[in-house]
Amino acid sequence: MALPQRKTDIGPPHYKQFLPPVIQKNYGKWKYHEVLSHGVMVHVGESGDKLWTVRVASPRLLSTATIREHCDVAEKFCGGFFRYTTRNNVEFLVSDEKQLEPLKKDLTARGFKMGGIGAAITNVVHTQGWVHCHSACTDASGLVKSMMDELMEYFESKTLPNKVRLAVACCVNMCGAVHCSDIAVVAVHTKVPHVKHELFKNMCELPTVIGSCPTRAISPDPANKSVKINAEKCMYCGNCFTVCPPISIKDPERDGVAILVGGKINSLRSNPKFSKLVIPYISNEPPRWPKAVAAIKHIVEVYAANARKHERVGEWIERIGWERFFSLTGIDFTFQCIDDFTFMRDTMRTSSTFKW
Amino acid sequence: MKKYDTPLIDELEKGPWPSFVTEMKKAGKNNEMANDAVGHLEKCYQTKVGYWKHGGIVGVLGYGGGVIGRYSELGDEFPGVAHCHTVRINQTSGFFYTSSALREICDIWDKYGSGLTNMHGSTGDLVLLGTKTDALETIFAEYSSRGWDLGSSGSALRTPNCCVGPGRCEWTNYDTLDLNYALTQEFQDEIHRPMFSYKFKIKMSGCACDCVASIARADMSIIGTWKGHIEINQDEVKNYAKNGMDIKAEIVDMCPTQCISYEGEEFKINNAECSRCMHCITRMTKALKPAGERGATICIGSKAPIVVGSLLSWVIVPFIKVEPPYTELKDLIRKIWEWWDDNAKPRERIGEVIEMKGMRSFLEGIGQSPIPQQIKEPRKDPFMFYTEDDMAAFKAKEAEEKKTGKYKF
Ligand code: SF4
Ligand code: SF4
Repeated sequence: MALPQRKTDIGPPHYKQFLPPVIQKNYGKWKYHEVLSHGVMVHVGESGDKLWTVRVASPRLLSTATIREHCDVAEKFCGGFFRYTTRNNVEFLVSDEKQLEPLKKDLTARGFKMGGIGAAITNVVHTQGWVHCHSACTDASGLVKSMMDELMEYFESKTLPNKVRLAVACCVNMCGAVHCSDIAVVAVHTKVPHVKHELFKNMCELPTVIGSCPTRAISPDPANKSVKINAEKCMYCGNCFTVCPPISIKDPERDGVAILVGGKINSLRSNPKFSKLVIPYISNEPPRWPKAVAAIKHIVEVYAANARKHERVGEWIERIGWERFFSLTGIDFTFQCIDDFTFMRDTMRTSSTFKW
Repeated sequence: MKKYDTPLIDELEKGPWPSFVTEMKKAGKNNEMANDAVGHLEKCYQTKVGYWKHGGIVGVLGYGGGVIGRYSELGDEFPGVAHCHTVRINQTSGFFYTSSALREICDIWDKYGSGLTNMHGSTGDLVLLGTKTDALETIFAEYSSRGWDLGSSGSALRTPNCCVGPGRCEWTNYDTLDLNYALTQEFQDEIHRPMFSYKFKIKMSGCACDCVASIARADMSIIGTWKGHIEINQDEVKNYAKNGMDIKAEIVDMCPTQCISYEGEEFKINNAECSRCMHCITRMTKALKPAGERGATICIGSKAPIVVGSLLSWVIVPFIKVEPPYTELKDLIRKIWEWWDDNAKPRERIGEVIEMKGMRSFLEGIGQSPIPQQIKEPRKDPFMFYTEDDMAAFKAKEAEEKKTGKYKF
């Protein structure tokens, strides 16, 4: 069978054709919205029209079979219209209130989980991990599944002072807003890479490899027609391995995850912040990563018990101070928590006004 | 089809959160690639290491990006994933879909790919996970003939992405969905044919809530804002109080600029001091809304930590009108690229180049004047550049002062 005529540079289809009639009609004229429950909100237009959104979790990695099930649900209750969110939730859009309860019932019967709206933990932004990425040093999907099984009550309702945004990156490349999350897991290498000298000259470009190292740990090794790596300078960022495959950095015994906290991206009340490192290393423990999961749950619980209403994790920590964060959580303060990279000077304390 | 024993990842089918392993198995039921991906993943879990290899050049004719080459080191053991390339489909603005459109996407993907997807990837594209090299042209013909184009990868303009905006949000200050569409169409060439030193991401949020994390994840962040006041509905304020909101503690005391007063009668905002942080508006959505001139703040340079540390985007244009045909914005984007192109080494993001060359060089390059809104605080060191023009201007001012007898600082 002949292929259809290909077209280039047409860009995406125009979004207007995917907007349900209630949105077409109230486009840009929404008046306010209300969160009705952990999984439902309603937007009210200036016209008085209402649009209910029912949010459902997805594991991000979706089979076409499940996408078709989303389609079935949307066709049954939403005129076929629905959307996905940047955090990989599915949102069913309902303009007829009579459809709302039947929709919720149907979703429950199918085993879909509603939640993630309001002062809750919503779906986790994450990367590809062992499922599909070449530089992964842990599995992101497995970690997310393990974390969210434990934190389900916070997705399904239990109220927190404010939202808690979780993220997982399976290497320091961090595809996703991991570096500005309330609590983030980042997979780390902990060992100087090994260079397969015999492959180097055929597969790598010397200046590119040397140039790829942010700490200048790489220098030429003329005897081997290759490079050598200075262990005192290497911070295991893996950038050299990305530009030169014979440099191998993966190490099943030493690869693990670090935990960072206190980041945010919005400007509500306080400015956007980076997440900061509090736990430097936990071993990779597939399939369930029990220690990493316990650490995250513990931080969530200490935050929930101590923060004021509306405070994000980072705002709470800034108010009480980092020394208090460590004493409240009981997390060990280690050398890794003290910056020894480029911006060290901005993170040291310069007064005696700390707390005991 | 070979059936794999997967005791480790089977653990991840237990528990209440939806399971990606279940999804992989669902796809694997009648798809060789997905089935082998299941076995492949189990192996990773057993050995605690990944087996995917670097990309290499794969793609469709005439495009330089949109497909990411992926191969397994274990091709002999798992032939289904020996090649397992990712196809990025340019998503719709705001991720709105109809079931019929998505069914079509699924049908084609089932025919030529693994039946596995990410809805969506971190950049925004609708990501299809896993197909073979010889299927790529067919897949592209099938999708493009039905109105779907590839997204982006490599050193290109990455597929622009936006928040839900006027589609379903009362806070947006410009039409994010439309701008996203317009920029994507305008820069098709830059999206599909990598021509930059490294990737360039544009993300659009309608307000400071920044639902697409543009401040942290985009080389160019377009964040909606306004120049006018906050409109107050006093009756609704009273309703919030009646319904149990502690307005003093939750709103007045949490306003970062302390510009709100509320004595139980009238809710007042000193708009001149408000920094438009959105806190009060998001908490009292029925009572408060932005009013007056709308537009956006343009920020530049954010990225994740690799190579020299993470950056958040810096304000370069505090306020710009965002209205079709968006000529001013498109011109600005072109000027930004030109400066970046002139100054970057390979694999340098624009934020890193600005750090190297200095914000002055960049601002001059794009024709922006210095203004206090661009900084948190002025520099603390006295080592600065003076150009001949700067000195001439200082001297001219002093000459003027001598003449008039009045200082001008
Ligand atoms: S960024 Fe602002 S305008 Fe856009 S969806 Fe979020 S809250 Fe609404
Ligand atoms: S928007 Fe922010 S700064 Fe302005 S009045 Fe509201 S809380 Fe205060």
